[in-house]
Amino acid sequence: MIVDSDTTKLLIETVARRVMASAQELTELDRAIGDGDHGINMERGFEAVLAQVDQLAAQGLANALIGVGTTLVLKVGGASGPLYGTLFMALGKAWPAEATREQVTEALARALEAVKARGKSDLGQKTMLDVLGPVLAVVREGGQDLPSRLRTTAAAAASATVPMKAIRGRASFLGERSIGHMDPGARSSALLVEAVADVMEGRF
Amino acid sequence: MSGNVGIVIVSHSPDVARGTADMVRQMVGQEVPLGWCGGDPGGGLGTNVEAILAAIQAAWSEQGVAILVDLGGAETNSEMAIEMLPEIRRGRVVVCNAPIVEGAVMAATEAASGAPLDAVRRTAEELTPG
Repeated sequence: MIVDSDTTKLLIETVARRVMASAQELTELDRAIGDGDHGINMERGFEAVLAQVDQLAAQGLANALIGVGTTLVLKVGGASGPLYGTLFMALGKAWPAEATREQVTEALARALEAVKARGKSDLGQKTMLDVLGPVLAVVREGGQDLPSRLRTTAAAAASATVPMKAIRGRASFLGERSIGHMDPGARSSALLVEAVADVMEGRF
Repeated sequence: MSGNVGIVIVSHSPDVARGTADMVRQMVGQEVPLGWCGGDPGGGLGTNVEAILAAIQAAWSEQGVAILVDLGGAETNSEMAIEMLPEIRRGRVVVCNAPIVEGAVMAATEAASGAPLDAVRRTAEELTPG
């Protein structure tokens, strides 16, 4: 699989627009258990990404991913900047020129490790990792209907953060009171995965 | 040029960062290179990597720089900023696990005595319970 520049552009646009369209929802989730800025921060970051989509797409997917990451680091503010920035940068650095599913799995796994290191976090702590982990497992499995399984898995994994108690991030200050709310980072990660799945299926 | 370790204050709030810097200045005057920043790239509460890089530059000392942060995002963004520094500087900047105001004042007092980066960090971190 080689992702051409048109598809790269489409991927970036779809992901950016999806996040921006959900800014209000992300902010409301974050208001419940964080500092209420996740939506506006992600919106600012992806607006900046969208503004340079042509330059990014022209560099090929690997460099485009690195460029998206760098932009998020500089523009998002808040912890989600370096966390999502690290995800995209690490994915771009590990992205193979002619990607087989095995190689994409490997690149995604490395990106997840980078996010874990950046956030000093792991699965089960009510974070974006609780979506990205199960999504990685589906990519590793491969098989039929990958886009729809990615979408279903991401949504279910985000919902599964509701009963979790936050161990990392601002929500961890709330302890038990963080239980009963969806993690905003898990939700934004699910949005990214859904947008990618839509592009894979030609629905956008 | 000061030969002392520099201090950087990174808060979500520009007011907290500025106020903490004022307290540091009152303690140590101009003996310690000092940088501070607060607020996200849009001007709201938060932290941002570019501003942190500029604050590190402002407080740069060949002896190194100790960063004091408030909440999680300030720490994560500071670590990101450190990784974006030129390699030769990267190993000479540390984030202290300490309360921002007390940590900055204690770290700066230690730095003003000419102590090395390790000692400055340790002094700030002694304030952290447990």
